[in-house]
Amino acid sequence: MSQLDTNYKDIFVSTETIDGEIATLNLGPTHPATHGVFQNVMKVDGERIISSEPTIGYIHRAFEKLAERRPYNQITPITDRLNYCSSPINNMGWHMTVEKLAGIEVPKKVDYMRVIIMELARIADHLVCNSVIGVDTGALTGFTYIFQEREKIYEMYEEVCGARLTTNIGRIGGLEREFSPVFMEKLKKFLKEFPAKFQEFDNLLTRNRIFMDRVIKAGPISAEKAMSYGFTGPNLRAAGVDYDVRVMNPYSSYEDFDFIIPVGQDGDTYDRFIVRQEEIRQSLGIIQQAIDGMPEGKHYADVPSFYLPPKEEVYRSMEALIYHFKIIMGETPIPVGEVYHAVEGANGELGYYLISDGGRTPYRLHFRRPCFIYYQAYPEMVKGAMLSDAILTMSSMNVIAGELDA
Amino acid sequence: MTELNNENVLQVLNETFGEAILHPETQYGMLSVEIPADRNTEIVGCLKDHKDISMGFLTDVCAVHYPEQKGRELAVVYHLHSWTKNFRMRIKCFLPAEKPEITTMTGLYNSANWMERETFDFYGVQFTGHPDLRRILNMDEMDYHPLLKQYALEDETRDDKDDSFFGR
Repeated sequence: MSQLDTNYKDIFVSTETIDGEIATLNLGPTHPATHGVFQNVMKVDGERIISSEPTIGYIHRAFEKLAERRPYNQITPITDRLNYCSSPINNMGWHMTVEKLAGIEVPKKVDYMRVIIMELARIADHLVCNSVIGVDTGALTGFTYIFQEREKIYEMYEEVCGARLTTNIGRIGGLEREFSPVFMEKLKKFLKEFPAKFQEFDNLLTRNRIFMDRVIKAGPISAEKAMSYGFTGPNLRAAGVDYDVRVMNPYSSYEDFDFIIPVGQDGDTYDRFIVRQEEIRQSLGIIQQAIDGMPEGKHYADVPSFYLPPKEEVYRSMEALIYHFKIIMGETPIPVGEVYHAVEGANGELGYYLISDGGRTPYRLHFRRPCFIYYQAYPEMVKGAMLSDAILTMSSMNVIAGELDA
Repeated sequence: MTELNNENVLQVLNETFGEAILHPETQYGMLSVEIPADRNTEIVGCLKDHKDISMGFLTDVCAVHYPEQKGRELAVVYHLHSWTKNFRMRIKCFLPAEKPEITTMTGLYNSANWMERETFDFYGVQFTGHPDLRRILNMDEMDYHPLLKQYALEDETRDDKDDSFFGR
């Protein structure tokens, strides 16, 4: 029986009896099971984890510093690269932050269009996360099938903004164009066909005995711990707290929609999986409601100093040319002030703390990145667990490297 | 108190801490107060344990650098959220640049750990009592705190880019 090095700093050291020899295992930064650039230096006793120390920052790109030199509309592409599994939510969140600062009221139609895009993004993000939980338990089949459905969501993004992954979708004050008939057709087809495919995926995993045995009680966290560690999003709800920004502080007309917040009980991998599965169903319902209740009106607010004029106008009219130039060069006057705006990202509360000194760029922009905050609970969640459970815990927490490292 | 709003929370703060609550303001609906840096854990801890307010969730910690404010160059900004009453507020502490020291919040909220490490990493704020105050996103060998305003984004020795036409 060997003793732990007493100088070891980690506070989450399991002090139970250790019968084997302690080995140090370097998991990551580029390990196929970590789905991103994460490094964990683990002390293991056989297969049991005694402590884990995450190192992050491998893909840090200094977004907050970059943002201090970019005009407001040029910051949207930065937000794409935070949680790149659901970039539209980040983009819309940023647009709404600037709209809040500048006091821009967007038409109801813009809100509904944004809700459709954001819920599609949430579905895409949850599909990635849940199917990857399957992959990490050894069930590759669901992943290969459900990724075809995610592809359809990406085709819809393409129809709206021309891009797939880093979408840069929408603008401050609205969306760049109306939803095209092709998009509406694709969306309706998706809503009709997706539930059956999704049910198939659900059948493969949710009540699968092998899968259940594998994920139940893997990486649990209590509600109090989750709250103290700053959990938000599906991970928090899996622990049994019904906090959802869409309901607590509705933005983009979420108060108009009827949906439930699924909550779990144990906060383990299975609960996180189930909560996401149910959220996908709720998101489908929200999209359907948004299509049915789509208000009449324009797809942009009447704010020429923020919303780019149509390109053909820029060639014909002096006023449009001036506005175009001012927006592109970032010469639009903006109020002085401080604003915090939060949206429910696919993995938690995504906040933007923006300080404007009236200049062309933000004086300070801080991103509240949900997975940066809750990933610090990881060492405690995996302490004493099996190595394979630690892999599952990480994939079920939906930690996205781009968002983690900003 | 059944419902919290900016007025009644500010009233509670003024009654409990009096002089310590400085510059209360409401911007875009959110209450923001400044408190002395040496009383941060006391005041936030009181807000957390207050039976009517119960600020149980630390949403965010970050810093802001104001180089022209002499003696109070660095602001540490806390965003707090009471989930039971659905009330958000912002608390600021100002620190001098030559001795940016403030007590850690890790005793109150576990989530403060990495957020304070990030703030230390980018602004050099020393959180006293922090269990593990190391750099988090930047490399350990780095010898400066990059989000401070004196560090330009781009290499200042470059002369192939002239931004002066664009007001930069």
